[in-house]
Amino acid sequence: MAGADGDDSLYPIAVLIDELRNEDVQLRLNSIKKLSTIALALGVERTRTELLPFLTDTIYDEDEVLLALAEQLGNFTMLVGGPEYVHCLLPPLESLATVEETVVRDKAVESLRKISQEHSPVDLEVHFEPLVKRLASGDWFTSRTSACGLFSVCYPRVSSTVKAEIRQHFRTLCSDDTPMVRRAAASKLGEFAKVLELDYVKSDIISLFTALASDEQDSVRLLAVEACVSIATLLPQEDLETLVMPTLRQAAEDKSWRVRYMVADKFSELQKAVGPEITKNDLVPAFQNLLKDCEAEVRAAAANKVKEFCENLPEDSRENVIMSHILPCVKELVSDTNQHVKSALASVIMGLSTILGKDNTVEHLLPLFLAQLKDECPEVRLNIISNLDCVNEVIGIRQLSQSLLPAIVELAEDAKWRVRLAIIEYMPLLAGQLGVEFFDEKLNTLCMAWLVDHVYAIREAATCNLMKLVEKFGADWAQNTIVPKVLGMANDPNYLHRMTTLFCVNSLSEACGQEITTKQMLPVVLKMSSDPVANVRFNVAKSLQKIGPVLDSSALQGEVKPILEKLASDQDMDVKYFAQEAISVLALA
Amino acid sequence: MAGVGGGNDFQWCFSQVKGAIDEDVAEADIISTVEFNYSGDLLATGDKGGRVVIFQREQESKNRPHSRGEYNVYSTFQSHEPEFDYLKSLEIEEKINKIRWLPQQNAAHFLLSTNDKTIKLWKISERDKRAEGYNLKDEEGRLRGDPFRITSLRVPVLMPMDLMVEASPRRIFANAHTYHINSISVNSDHETYLSADDLRINLWHLEITDRSFNIVDIKPANMEELTEVITAAECHPHQCNVFVYSSSKGTIRLCDMRAAALCDRHTKFFEEPEDPSSRSFFSEIISSISDVKFSHSGRYMMTRDYLSVKVWDLNMENRPVETYQVHEYLRSKLCSLYENDCIFDKFECCWNGSDSAIMTGSYNNFFRMFDRSTRRDVTLEASRESSKPRALLKPRKVCTGGKRKKDEISVDSLDFNKKILHTAWHPKENVIAVAATNNLYIFQDKIN
Repeated sequence: MAGADGDDSLYPIAVLIDELRNEDVQLRLNSIKKLSTIALALGVERTRTELLPFLTDTIYDEDEVLLALAEQLGNFTMLVGGPEYVHCLLPPLESLATVEETVVRDKAVESLRKISQEHSPVDLEVHFEPLVKRLASGDWFTSRTSACGLFSVCYPRVSSTVKAEIRQHFRTLCSDDTPMVRRAAASKLGEFAKVLELDYVKSDIISLFTALASDEQDSVRLLAVEACVSIATLLPQEDLETLVMPTLRQAAEDKSWRVRYMVADKFSELQKAVGPEITKNDLVPAFQNLLKDCEAEVRAAAANKVKEFCENLPEDSRENVIMSHILPCVKELVSDTNQHVKSALASVIMGLSTILGKDNTVEHLLPLFLAQLKDECPEVRLNIISNLDCVNEVIGIRQLSQSLLPAIVELAEDAKWRVRLAIIEYMPLLAGQLGVEFFDEKLNTLCMAWLVDHVYAIREAATCNLMKLVEKFGADWAQNTIVPKVLGMANDPNYLHRMTTLFCVNSLSEACGQEITTKQMLPVVLKMSSDPVANVRFNVAKSLQKIGPVLDSSALQGEVKPILEKLASDQDMDVKYFAQEAISVLALA
Repeated sequence: MAGVGGGNDFQWCFSQVKGAIDEDVAEADIISTVEFNYSGDLLATGDKGGRVVIFQREQESKNRPHSRGEYNVYSTFQSHEPEFDYLKSLEIEEKINKIRWLPQQNAAHFLLSTNDKTIKLWKISERDKRAEGYNLKDEEGRLRGDPFRITSLRVPVLMPMDLMVEASPRRIFANAHTYHINSISVNSDHETYLSADDLRINLWHLEITDRSFNIVDIKPANMEELTEVITAAECHPHQCNVFVYSSSKGTIRLCDMRAAALCDRHTKFFEEPEDPSSRSFFSEIISSISDVKFSHSGRYMMTRDYLSVKVWDLNMENRPVETYQVHEYLRSKLCSLYENDCIFDKFECCWNGSDSAIMTGSYNNFFRMFDRSTRRDVTLEASRESSKPRALLKPRKVCTGGKRKKDEISVDSLDFNKKILHTAWHPKENVIAVAATNNLYIFQDKIN
């Protein structure tokens, strides 16, 4: 602490404290973020008696300042004197838990949950639990929504009388007048159920769950679906049928598409929670209905889950269920009117082949894949191509490729460059799957055509693609098929194409190795150093710098050095610059 | 004659008038919307100058038993500024088209205000404490002695101060409307609201400003085929999935958001068959609906067209259950009203707190009230002449025939520049707010 005649070590702290009230938000935010420094300088006593009361009433500030404050206070236990005094942090966090901004409230609740662990059981009942009650019975819904997130942290650590009160409060909030509070309660229902004794889960939680799941507001009902997953995991199998299933069945057929969407979206979780028997009897028909739902959003969500749902079916009946129940619905979805539905299906449908095996795939799935590959929407086609590997494992690429190729060619020439870009990215994968021979025959020309695309991003991706192909097929293949074509472009009248040669050399040299680089690429690059376009010349310098490490020293000294020196005295500034840079990097000076 | 309202017999009396008395009215001062909050303690007005003024009702005091809770200015702020859309070379007026209060969620109050393009969420909050005590300077900002020789740290202390009301913009919902926004309406789920322009309706989440969902789109592929526009839209007061929108053809569509994500197919279609005998050149123009409002109960809705107010039962689509003529005497004047553009005026309408009476505006600073059970109606005037404290409002009569009785006004002498387009009724009591050009009149009941 400071001596009587003052000392300058307090100055920075004094500035920080003063800036808590600065008009500039950024400075206030900065001070709040260093709140621990201020508290440390003030000592635990003054932090408790002066700083915290000040902070408690500072809830008029901007959201970002309040958010930072709420976060800081979660780590403040030691700064107020340890767990013994941790309850001093409750008043400021309580007022932060009532502000209208959701992010701030949530952060305050998060910090409250954190410091609740640092309360002794006695303090929890004396200080923390009364705060939860105050929030739960607050006049404004902001405080009541915050209360919902606090029940589960104090419940396990309080006496049975207090537990009874907490359960009562939660019940009250579940039937609150404002939908905001009911939503908060519904979203915490699962979490609260987890800390409750099983008997109370059955007696209390189930009735609350049933009530929330039939709330008049669909925004509440859909949250009950999430709670359903947690509750179902907690209950013994024999109780599920009577306690959970009626509500779940009702949700799957809810009038509101948003609720059905939620069921579709959570389907895999629900399936795991209720177990194989109920899945077979109840969820299969429910899933069929969702796949045939009248709302496209619901169908898309369900289509997304097709693979996971099938994977999680009990093994003994899996194939049978898929073939007789799921596949007919999937067939219909392939020609759905909505492209999002088709696209969602396309992203998972290939996964079915591993589950169904070769024969079924060839007979039933392949026609679907092919239909999707011919879909008018590029996203659908792309989703199929990007998942080819799983089908490859099952039926082999030959069979697939015959029908695949026309679709790929079409995508490769799509008018939208982003579509072309996406297909380029799948080329190495496809090449690996199709093999050299097939590739040379059918796809090589495509890869070369991209090198002269009028969009730079495509040309760039095409050079990168070549490198990956060479990595796959080896240097010999490169020497025979790619390198001559690439080097041929060095004489193209379009300087952009000439530059593409250089870019290709940059990315291919390493993969092709020293011999090809020195014997075939280097002469072409060197020749281009007298190109009339300066952009080409300085790219020659850059290329030489790039391929230098691949070359041996005699080539460097004998061939590269003179050319770089010539470029270093070029009349163009940029050419000079890059030539000099190359000289110094390659240590040729 | 007894007034119309609450069921009891009572008469309306003057309470307050706000705004300048000058004959010369500045365009910016013209009130463009009036709205009570859910408790009725606050009353907001918006004007063509982009300002929002909020009035707060004073607590009734024992010392002044006659002043029954007057409304005084609580906060005034500039909600919208004039803008220019450079891409379309269009000026965007600052005029506030609509204000909607949010249900109260904490000590602060929130409202949505919109001009033609941009919706803003405002927070109105009070502050009565101020921090005091700096380390390096005094309260006036003068530095204290040598800043490097500080002997002790000072933590600011909060001291009481005079109440300060602050309005701060919390969210700006922009760039979602190509046409002019005519309605905003907060959903009963308290987390979403809808906004409607001439051709589309968007659904927003109150916390998300960077995206909204288009739920209705009536824009034809070819704009030359356009035959109707959306004129107003409102969410149901209790069923969060239901909303209605009205059209320039005099029809109302009710949509259920549960059925599908896109509500381009309506669930119900309310339309009254046209009476062929009264068809004229103006039929379509005057049947255009200028406002639609659900009753507080949610059972009925009311629509205002140029000459009448209709109350519809949501369970009956083929005709309204009640029709009230607002100013039938104008039917013979439609031609001149067309020529001076008055025929396109958008009159709004409102329910009283118990849904037993309705109110809407007319010309000559007249406004009309209809009691739904007794079918009695009354015409009242918002005027400076009767603006003495607690003066009773005299019912007005417009005569159409040749002989004019005493106290009657001839149709020909009505002033069409004085129009009452916006009115609001306190949600619980018989207190009404009537916007007459740049003045806001507040009237209350006087129980006999």
